[in-house]
Amino acid sequence: MSDLRTRLKQSIIEQLNLEEFEVEDIANDEALFGDGLGLDSIDALELIVLLEKEYGIKLTEPQQGKEIFISIDKMAEYIEAHRTK
Amino acid sequence: MEKGIAITGMGIISSIGNNVEENYNALCFGQHGISFPEILKTRHTNLPVGEIKISNEELVKKLGLPKNHAFTRAALLGSIAGKEAIFQAGITEAELKETGFISGNSVGGIDKTEEYFQEFAKNAEIRRFIKAQHPGFTTGQISNYLKIHGFVTTISTACSSSANAIMLGARMIKAGKLKRVIVGGTDCLTKFTLNGFNSLMILSSENCKPFDECRSGLNLGEGAAYLVLEADEYIAGKQVLGRITGYGNANDAFHQTASSETGEGAFLAMKKALKSSGISSNKINYINAHGTATRNNDLSESRAIQRVFDEIIPEFSSVKAFTGHTLAAAGAIEAVYSLLSLKNNQIFPNLNFSSEMKETGLQPVLGLTSKNMDYVLSNSFGFGGNCTSLIFRRDEK
Amino acid sequence: MKNKLYINGIASISAQAGNAVFSDSIAEYHQNIIPAIAPNYKEFITATALRRMSGAIKMGLTAAKIALKDAGTSMPDAIITGTGQGCQQDTEKFLKAMLVQNEAFVSPTAFIQSTHNTVGGQIALNLKCRAYNVTYTQNSGSLESALIDVQLQFLEQPVPETILVGGVDEISEKITSFLYLDGQLKQEETYNLDLFKTGSPGSITSEGAHFFSISSVKSSETYAGLLDVLVFNSNTSEEVSERINRFLKENHLTEDAIELVILGNNGDSRYDHFYTPLQDEIFRNKTQLGYKHLVGDYNTVSGYAVWLACNILKNGEIPEICKLNSVPIEKPKNILIYNQYLGENHSIILLSSR
Repeated sequence: MSDLRTRLKQSIIEQLNLEEFEVEDIANDEALFGDGLGLDSIDALELIVLLEKEYGIKLTEPQQGKEIFISIDKMAEYIEAHRTK
Repeated sequence: MEKGIAITGMGIISSIGNNVEENYNALCFGQHGISFPEILKTRHTNLPVGEIKISNEELVKKLGLPKNHAFTRAALLGSIAGKEAIFQAGITEAELKETGFISGNSVGGIDKTEEYFQEFAKNAEIRRFIKAQHPGFTTGQISNYLKIHGFVTTISTACSSSANAIMLGARMIKAGKLKRVIVGGTDCLTKFTLNGFNSLMILSSENCKPFDECRSGLNLGEGAAYLVLEADEYIAGKQVLGRITGYGNANDAFHQTASSETGEGAFLAMKKALKSSGISSNKINYINAHGTATRNNDLSESRAIQRVFDEIIPEFSSVKAFTGHTLAAAGAIEAVYSLLSLKNNQIFPNLNFSSEMKETGLQPVLGLTSKNMDYVLSNSFGFGGNCTSLIFRRDEK
Repeated sequence: MKNKLYINGIASISAQAGNAVFSDSIAEYHQNIIPAIAPNYKEFITATALRRMSGAIKMGLTAAKIALKDAGTSMPDAIITGTGQGCQQDTEKFLKAMLVQNEAFVSPTAFIQSTHNTVGGQIALNLKCRAYNVTYTQNSGSLESALIDVQLQFLEQPVPETILVGGVDEISEKITSFLYLDGQLKQEETYNLDLFKTGSPGSITSEGAHFFSISSVKSSETYAGLLDVLVFNSNTSEEVSERINRFLKENHLTEDAIELVILGNNGDSRYDHFYTPLQDEIFRNKTQLGYKHLVGDYNTVSGYAVWLACNILKNGEIPEICKLNSVPIEKPKNILIYNQYLGENHSIILLSSR
């Protein structure tokens, strides 16, 4: 369970070039967009690619990301429920 | 009120025709050019595109190029459209020596780079295409083919490139810097752009539906179009197809790829174009909208149009469902269509529309419509916030 | 009569740090592809924005901000950019991913930033500047095309305005290495300061950004006046000489009025002959400077020549390291910059003292 969250954080830091961040800097319930980590719509598209590439989850609408990329916890829950790999 | 810069020739190639006449006929009969990719070798064979069904080899033959040519597909398409425009305007070889050429282009010869990326190191034969990657090279190929030897430059502002090329040409003639100039743009389908737009999740898996509530993204297209602009002192006896009376360029300064909700850049571009034409908004008889059929553009553009035209919004349509979004060439292709609208007093339909957007309630023109027209406004917006609007006017005898 | 324009703010990011050319600390290289010396970008751009920026965006945006600050202004009335090769690093990144992954799982960021107008767009976005914004990409005539648009802008807008104009190009791993394959780069590794002595085909390349804040109003800090710009085609060096003479006449100047020329020699034995009649005839008795041995050759490198000319016109100091001949000179009043690349996109930029 927590492994998935840690791996997710590592992938996000790597994929989004968050050079200033370490895994420990991101709380599981912290908001990824807006006031939290400060991600934007381009990052959301990157996260969609990440979901497909690493977990075999294909989103067809960018809008779907809004309900999934709320926090690391929410993302992990979604991945657990929908992953195909 | 501006008299405007005279347009004495035009040429075009797109997925709905290889010249002006074929394009006009297709527009009138509602024959779109959207299909699945055949010439472009891609695994995304399920994504509809506005592809010109002529191979590079056939285009090379049409142009009579030597075997060792270094023409990119964009250069091939551009040469065909440029030739038609020059022929119509009757420009002589001597005149071409001091004629300018301003071309809009976004990805240059990336079609060749993606084909040869791993091959350049092994095969000396194809290394002539290394320089071809950059848009300036494609422009140079076209100007050499057309024997144009005046001021040559390339504008690359993504999807507003050729609209800006038309604008610069008109400005240079107005300022007396050039007597005549060929302006427009060219872009071909590439794996690079198809995959790029696909990664942005703004490509539709069906034929695009500009301004529709259920629009689901754009179809990429390819093509080229050029106009011949001439200063009034040099057009004696020539037929004037129309005039460019105004232009406006502004930046949305909102997001690298998305448009702002209120369409600030688009609003400013249209306002500036009206101002430089010296006319009020109610003079515009028809808007050739950018209308790419993405969720974002069509809403943003509609809001900008509502802001500029207030209560009385002129008839408008997007022709992207005919040609697909031809990127850097779109502004020039739609300039040709705008001139055809003025000449024939016809508005070309916005295909595939079924329901109004709930945010705006605006309905585009759905069928070929006759209307007397004096002024047409044409919009082109691009990545990087680059927004340009052009105004064309019927030539007054 | 042309209205005189004033360069009130300048910025250079190149293979030579800051004012190195005016000091003894010239950077020396034994390589044909030379990266620019990066300033501390964090002083100019937030970490959030920096994380996805390629070299061209960082260099371009930073140089733009330095030039505006130098001119004491913050919001230009137009942003006009020149770039020959555009955002090549992101183009390469996206292209590679697409080819290697066979068109699957490609992520959008590199594509978004691959368009040639990315730098111009990012400057607008950063400054929240909604004004006129265009990007020119005409190989070695890209910055010059942008400057021609600047001239037009001022012709059209007689009211005082400030225009931000600049050129930017970046190197990338694979695409830049292709320049070895088609002979644009020298096949032998070259010591940059010996570039003009090489006598072999090809040159050395680099990257950089040069931005200028130009206004119709002179300030106490004005560096130079921008008199005229020309981009033209020519097949022979004789035609070039003729065109330069005609250009001077059009500007009501004689050859004598030009005290200093900055030439684009790049050590390419196939094309440096374009400079010969200028060096041996027209401008024989004038001070001649070269600069590509310091900063390499790339599509918008003439921005470095403009930056150099601005400093010379303002301060009168002429860097020894740039001198191609030994004609002595006092503080020059007019400087002519001539450049070409592979015999194409010839250009002249004429600057004067304020």
